[in-house]
Amino acid sequence: MITTLSWFSGFQESFEKTFIREDRYKLFIDGILLTLKVSLLAVIIGIIIGFIIALCNLSKHKPLKILGKIYTDVIRGTPSVTQLMIIYFVIFASVDLEKWIIASIAFGINSGAYVSEIIRAGIMSIDKGQTEAGRSLGLNGRQTMTHIVIPQALKNIFPALCNEFIVLIKETAIVGYVGLMDIQKASDFVKSATFEAAMPLLATAVIYFVIIKILTICLGLLEKKLRKSDAR
Amino acid sequence: MITVKNLKKTFGDLEVLSGINEHINKGEVVVVIGPSGSGKSTFLRCLNLLETPTDGEIFIDGEKINDPKVDVNRIRQKMGMVFQHFNLFPHLTIIKNVTLAPVLLKKMTKEQAHDKAIELLGKVGLADKADAYPSQLSGGQKQRVAIARALAMEPEIMLFDEPTSALDPEMVGEVLDVMKSLAKSGMTMVVVTHEMGFAKEVGTRVLFMDQGVVMESGKPGEIFDDPKNERTQKFLSSVLK
Repeated sequence: MITTLSWFSGFQESFEKTFIREDRYKLFIDGILLTLKVSLLAVIIGIIIGFIIALCNLSKHKPLKILGKIYTDVIRGTPSVTQLMIIYFVIFASVDLEKWIIASIAFGINSGAYVSEIIRAGIMSIDKGQTEAGRSLGLNGRQTMTHIVIPQALKNIFPALCNEFIVLIKETAIVGYVGLMDIQKASDFVKSATFEAAMPLLATAVIYFVIIKILTICLGLLEKKLRKSDAR
Repeated sequence: MITVKNLKKTFGDLEVLSGINEHINKGEVVVVIGPSGSGKSTFLRCLNLLETPTDGEIFIDGEKINDPKVDVNRIRQKMGMVFQHFNLFPHLTIIKNVTLAPVLLKKMTKEQAHDKAIELLGKVGLADKADAYPSQLSGGQKQRVAIARALAMEPEIMLFDEPTSALDPEMVGEVLDVMKSLAKSGMTMVVVTHEMGFAKEVGTRVLFMDQGVVMESGKPGEIFDDPKNERTQKFLSSVLK
């Protein structure tokens, strides 16, 4: 009884220290907003780069193919923290852009390599007969891609793309390395200010979990909608 | 209408077509028969350049089409193609399958294409399936839609690549019936098939292909009842058993 009580008052105290005192909850809210902002822009950049690199990889043009291969090799072969720091402190060192945008570009460049492989696999999974049918009707290569192959490929790769987005959101937890205050960095900050480790870290885990759970549910509903034409 | 001169096609070291010379007139229904591996599908696919000929010339309406300067897409709009495995677009409804190309290629407005599609689907007996998806249709129905889809571009020539080979036997008839009425309407057709009955009844001419060349060509009666070539005789005696 006494231990429960003392545990409870301990909990109360550390909760108060972590979130209430000095309005620390605001740090977490700002952190959530930054994580969401960076992730969203990075996803968009990642899809655009992913598409371009996938089309390079599938192209008959040798130099484009080599370019695509080098891109995926370099990105997959180096740690994302290193990439983030190189892009932030070296490549964009003298560029006047908001910090979070530079971070998004870095994550987008990283994600693009993985997205391109997903898209490439998706496009290759579409039967050659689909392309032939489109071309035999007189559509050109681009029209066949955009109206016939890619819509089907997107449906097939949707689960893999969702997975990549989730990985990306969690990956952004390293933006603290370039001085941005996301959820993870906010909890670090609170931890060193209050000497409380458990409360801020567990809170961080719960926040990420909830964000990703909500996203998973939304994407699941979207996927259901996409599958409509598969009804038998 | 179609003139083929010394057409050759090789895949790596394998010569699939070894010099084909053929002339197909407007309104002809040319049925191409022969054992598998004889090059008949490759020949058909060369006609709309789904395969690029290695050598030789193909003329459509007097225009040489296997020339790098020719706009392949424009040529293909004159030729409809029906595939063995239908190749309907599974993500689109039946009506969208039929209207996609005419609308996209600005051949018709959306309304015109829609009316045309309904008319064509009516002709192949599937007007009530307009809003279904391909996965909801049987094989025979899919192939009839594929024919309507090709006809929507108002082609001058229709190419059929073994259109009934992937069908359950009870569905072959419905597809052949559509092809028969198409032939009656005067469409120029080139049909690769194993349906000897169709060749006899509907073909105006039969080509027997083997080893990458046309071994024998003539009216269905001549080919089926009195084949001159030894290989034709052998092939027919084995398939007509």
